[in-house]
Amino acid sequence: MKITLTLNGQPASFDAPPSLRLSDLLREKAGLVGTKVGCDAGDCGACTVLVDGAAVCACLTPAARAQGRRVDTIEAQTDTLARLRDAFHRHGAAQCGICTPGMLMTASALLAENPAPTPDQAKAALGGVLCRCTGYTKIIAAVCDTNPAPITLMPSAGKAVGAATPRLDGAAKVAGDIFGADLWQKGGLIVRAIRSPHPSARFILGDTAAWAGPNSAQVFTAADIPGINRFGAIPPFADQPALAASHVRLRGEAVALVAHEDGSPAPDLSDFPITWQVLPPLLSPTDASAENAPQIHDTRPNNTLIKGVVRRGDAAAALANSAHIASATIDTAFVEHAYIEPEAGAAWMDGDVLVIRACTQAPVMDRDETAGVLGLPHDRLRIIPSAVGGGFGSKLDVSLQPLIGLVTLKTGRPCRMTFTRAESMASTTKRHPAQMTGRIGCDADGRITALQFDGVFDTGAYASWGPTVANRVPVHASGPYFTPNYSATAHAVHTNNPIAGAFRGFGVPQAAIWQETIYDKLADQVGMDRLEFRLLNAIRNGKTTVTGQELQAAGISECLTALRPHWQRALLAAQQTPGRGVGIASCWYGCGNTGLPNPSTIRLGITPQGALMLHQGATDIGQGSNTVITQIAADALGLPLAQFQLIGPDTFLTPDGGKTSASRQTYVTGRAAHAAGAALRANILRRLNMGDGATLSMHDSTITATEGTQTATLALIALPPNTQGYALMAEETYDPPTTGLDTNGQGTPYAVYGFGAQMVELDVDTKLGTVKLLKITAAHDVGRTINPLLATGQIEGGIAQGIGLALMEEYLPGRTENLHDYLIPTTGDMPDIESLLIEVPDPHGPFGAKGLGEHVLIPTAPAILNAIRHATGAEVTRLPALPHRVLAAMQKANP
Amino acid sequence: MASYLHPETMTDALGAIGAGTRILAGGTDLYPATQNATLAGDVMDLMALPNLRGIMQTDQGLRIGACTTWTEIARAALPPALTALQQAALQVGGVQIQNAGTIGGNLCNASPAADGVPPLLAVDAVVELVSATGVRVLSLQDFLLGPRKTARLPDEIMTAIVIPNTALEGHSTFIKLGARAYLVISIAMVAARITARDGKITGAALAVGACSATALRIRRVEGALVGQSLENAAATINAADVAAALSPMDDLRATAAYRTHAAAELLRRAVTETCKALA
Repeated sequence: MKITLTLNGQPASFDAPPSLRLSDLLREKAGLVGTKVGCDAGDCGACTVLVDGAAVCACLTPAARAQGRRVDTIEAQTDTLARLRDAFHRHGAAQCGICTPGMLMTASALLAENPAPTPDQAKAALGGVLCRCTGYTKIIAAVCDTNPAPITLMPSAGKAVGAATPRLDGAAKVAGDIFGADLWQKGGLIVRAIRSPHPSARFILGDTAAWAGPNSAQVFTAADIPGINRFGAIPPFADQPALAASHVRLRGEAVALVAHEDGSPAPDLSDFPITWQVLPPLLSPTDASAENAPQIHDTRPNNTLIKGVVRRGDAAAALANSAHIASATIDTAFVEHAYIEPEAGAAWMDGDVLVIRACTQAPVMDRDETAGVLGLPHDRLRIIPSAVGGGFGSKLDVSLQPLIGLVTLKTGRPCRMTFTRAESMASTTKRHPAQMTGRIGCDADGRITALQFDGVFDTGAYASWGPTVANRVPVHASGPYFTPNYSATAHAVHTNNPIAGAFRGFGVPQAAIWQETIYDKLADQVGMDRLEFRLLNAIRNGKTTVTGQELQAAGISECLTALRPHWQRALLAAQQTPGRGVGIASCWYGCGNTGLPNPSTIRLGITPQGALMLHQGATDIGQGSNTVITQIAADALGLPLAQFQLIGPDTFLTPDGGKTSASRQTYVTGRAAHAAGAALRANILRRLNMGDGATLSMHDSTITATEGTQTATLALIALPPNTQGYALMAEETYDPPTTGLDTNGQGTPYAVYGFGAQMVELDVDTKLGTVKLLKITAAHDVGRTINPLLATGQIEGGIAQGIGLALMEEYLPGRTENLHDYLIPTTGDMPDIESLLIEVPDPHGPFGAKGLGEHVLIPTAPAILNAIRHATGAEVTRLPALPHRVLAAMQKANP
Repeated sequence: MASYLHPETMTDALGAIGAGTRILAGGTDLYPATQNATLAGDVMDLMALPNLRGIMQTDQGLRIGACTTWTEIARAALPPALTALQQAALQVGGVQIQNAGTIGGNLCNASPAADGVPPLLAVDAVVELVSATGVRVLSLQDFLLGPRKTARLPDEIMTAIVIPNTALEGHSTFIKLGARAYLVISIAMVAARITARDGKITGAALAVGACSATALRIRRVEGALVGQSLENAAATINAADVAAALSPMDDLRATAAYRTHAAAELLRRAVTETCKALA
């Protein structure tokens, strides 16, 4: 059917099937890829466009309905959109940017009717668009503040660190950034996967060639894989086939690929020739640990992947002598990352180099793992990360990279692949469900004496980051408190459940729920205020952690002290308000790999023409490393932020910035950027024979150094460019000074720790068990704030995910593979958030900075549970705290 | 082979409708049910048909065209008996879904958690079904046969929901309970409509959704409310009577026992709110 419409103010006409989703018409026929597709089900609102001014989900709108209508997309240039874009940029309302087009279009419809909305009106209007990064706070603020603001200048030389500079890549985010699904080479193939509907099964492929022919398709299977059909984030544990050969270990595992011509109808996959022999699955660690349980991996008896242990002192003896002991048993659920961008990417050949452009958090790991599967040397595989529409840990693992790489390598043709929402949810990693038990003791004065912890973590079908979780949890289960006697064990157990891997906090959020809820019970037993109890036990400089590490920059007591006036105000209010509860919890988190090397390298170059290039290999998944790393480099070098141009990440253009994980980029890559900036500065000053006190400036191809009355200039054009074309260049590597852990888990696993504490005020509806969050006050020790706008954005977004973990998120394979059965917080679920940035500088951090990204999620859930208990007495021991669980816990507490 | 019909007259529509025709209104249920870029099968798009959209007063009562969107319902000037329906309209998905989704689609999709059903049950709504052979009128309760099952015959099109004039009396309230603020499928929901004279209840209509195969009226409790004073009515609601009428399920959102408990509590609140409006 010919469809004629007014598209962004211009007449347009397309030939399309009438029931084609309008989102597909816009993206595939009109080439307007600013409209994002997050779910194809109306659950996320990312694809929102305006039809005759009304906001609708383009994924639910038949193309035929656009006939004769006015359709506006994020590509429209209107005054309202321009003001909204500016407000979003200014307020830091776009982090990863995948929801931003939907947010902006929905907000523009709101502003057309109501030019000055209140925050509550904005929340209601935007309730249909999900964001997983921001916690909505800055989005609502931006929508309510769209009057043109005075232009703010970029910070001058030496003033970048600490400046609330909007994201350097922010203009692209508010224009509709180019994500994994948004860039591909025309005339190629579209790849889809055949996946297992069963959690455990053997299978036999039928005559795939006979099926492929009439369907004008090509089929690829494990037999086509030229390299080693096995990958894994941690090489010694690599166990996952790119395509299963004969046996699947989880629902959603890929067994074959089907490629068809881009632009031709997609073959119906329902009659793909495959025969399943369904096997009884192991669906819990208890079942998987049973004596006669089948072994999921031949090399892992008892289905145990790994056991992590930390022991110090004599916990059992110290508990026996403790004046007070409290215990808890806590069960948590699988939690889905629920980024709004399903995995997507494209591949093509550039000469004999295979290029893969896809969403990722770890381009160099993608290269290494994919090269192994495809049997390619590293110099024949180039990984270009796309803009990443949220990651939170799951996009550390390769997903479609080996799959699209295989198709392009085998056919020599470009291809692309986009996971459906269901496919993304079924096949990629989750947060580990944890079954945690144990006891904590203290003396009569409230000083912690000992802690015993045992956690069983369902690590699912493959290893992924299970070993990291099992090692990290015992190191952190004490919380940021001095605990002289300690015994903590974490078991990672394989099941036929989804693969549990990395998710913001690597198991520490689960352990914090267990520890922090026990702390409230202990404080009650001692008769102490719950904040003061924590402050009494807060680990301080010079004290040793449970791994025997002496801390140098512990900031937890500063965070708790900062909360004290808020705490006292809130407690007073709660005394006067039935159903009101106030809760508190702390966090600590070591930045970077646990006792393992994790270097980052940064390159800075200045061309003879005076262009200053920062080769930044750290992927910015929304957290802001593109901006923060540049701010650090700018002040280390001493040139203004505005002069920097970013290159990368790209495995052919940027040195290894390591993975965006473990809250390591600001610290580790930041230190490399600091070192590179300082080295380049030293190089310049040496050439000019000037001292380090000199001020630098660069105009065209001349660098000028000034100190007092002394001035010297360096003509860049006169310097012979190096092989990379730079007149001046510096490349520096930083690796945190850590040590491995011994058999008792003793050592220096991290060089830098970040600290924080959050306080929750909420109302419990005591008849229904529902929880209304009122305010969260979050104090986080960031060492040194590099960028307060981005730091508070991390806090708000982490809190949103903590709220989800506490109150609504539970992934059930086969039952919640969509964003209406799997619930993440909406605009209306967020309380007011007040962020308190605490600065206890770390001697290792760049300008004293510590990591923040994961810390911010950790205290939220336990603080909520503690507030629920404060309000009602209810101890919720199984998460999420859905209304029926809260009500049951209340009835148990007050029979 | 898939076809897409976009009839502009009811005669054309009824002439073309067949046993396998998939009727498309707002699209908010059909598209989520597929992962394909287009809809399979023979699709008939109703949105171009005249007289299926909008709300008008007729001799029989208030007539809501089946293709009226939730946004149109929320923004219409309606009597207080339909406040519950308007409150429900603003809780069907987000703005995007309210702008596209239709009241007729909500009923024909027949989800046990359809937000539109309890408020319409509380106003004795009837549905109008048209086929080439004539017009059928069914009570909404009789129309809904079970989860995803209705009494609509394959050659019928739902054209309107009619609320009899007798049911346009009184005030009403809708309350939805879910695990998050927006875009949520109900754990339980209720609608209450009450008429009163001289501070005493003269009639009550109470409906509960998401707690049985289809939403339903709680007749026994309704009867017990008649004659109660507006101030005390809510307190007289007997949880056992509510429970007796329901057959909830355990699912990922809540337990059956919780739903039963919540339904009674929500009814008390809805009755309280409604009585307040009447007082």
